[in-house]
Amino acid sequence: MAVQRFPVELGHIMMFARSVGDPNPIYFDEQYAADSEVGHVIAPPTFVQAGAQFDPDWPLRPKIGEPWFGSGRNPTGTPRPADDGGGGGMARGLHAEQHFEYHRHLRPGDVLRAETRPGKTWEKEGRRAGKLVFSEMVTEYRDQDDELVITARSVGVRTERAPEAAADAGSGGSQ
Amino acid sequence: MTLRASELRVGDVHTEVVVDDLTRTQIVQYAGASGDYNPLHTDEIFATQVAGFPGTFAHGMLTMGLTGTMVTNYVGDGRLRSFGGRFREQVWPGDTLTGRAEVVDIRTDDNGAGVVELRITTTNQDGVEVFTGEATATID
Repeated sequence: MAVQRFPVELGHIMMFARSVGDPNPIYFDEQYAADSEVGHVIAPPTFVQAGAQFDPDWPLRPKIGEPWFGSGRNPTGTPRPADDGGGGGMARGLHAEQHFEYHRHLRPGDVLRAETRPGKTWEKEGRRAGKLVFSEMVTEYRDQDDELVITARSVGVRTERAPEAAADAGSGGSQ
Repeated sequence: MTLRASELRVGDVHTEVVVDDLTRTQIVQYAGASGDYNPLHTDEIFATQVAGFPGTFAHGMLTMGLTGTMVTNYVGDGRLRSFGGRFREQVWPGDTLTGRAEVVDIRTDDNGAGVVELRITTTNQDGVEVFTGEATATID
């Protein structure tokens, strides 16, 4: 993910907190937050994942006027790649691990910039899915003063065989 | 709520049900908030007919986010230093997940601040681990 400008907004934080089942007022009530130890609204621990909203090239968001790989008239709106499990290649890459390191806590008004660089790559023989190829991506989120706020490390896995056989890959997501 | 080193012991455990009967609508809600609109998670026709899964399933990051709520409820707001883990099994609509944080270490950092290290485990209604990880947080 390369994001030039990820504005951290109160309403977005509130919606994200709701979506992960968190009613904590620290994520939406400015008065409550001002009176708390931390002193301001903060964001839930996994919030920066929503920086994808501000990535113009993010492949997992329908683009206006472009075909989308989800269903409409047909089960998929894009051609099925011959050997890639369909879905524009999205179905075979799974999210295996995610790690965040917090250098400080976010607040509404921050404007982040995210830069991702590849990390390690390694292979493993899966029990059901054939060869598994793991690759690590490291994303640094810096604020308006160029200070490092959050370091994220993501591990993706790609499988040799069909995705339904890949549950031992550590599956679950796609980001 | 804040944790105090004087009141914490290695082996202390905090558990919470982080979601009871996960709905497809909550998965849609997460897709909208996060921006991950992969139809694997929200589009039954795509997930079954194109991708070959038995149905739609939750984003791994939704499971981690639900688990994060349990972690911050335990350590307090603005206390988290790190949080990470591995997606072990898929999470399906209808699942009920329980998050567990176990104290594995209590220490002092280079600046003299107290730090607790937690082992995180999220299991489904069948006792299967769906997410396992680690977190560290500042304590008083």
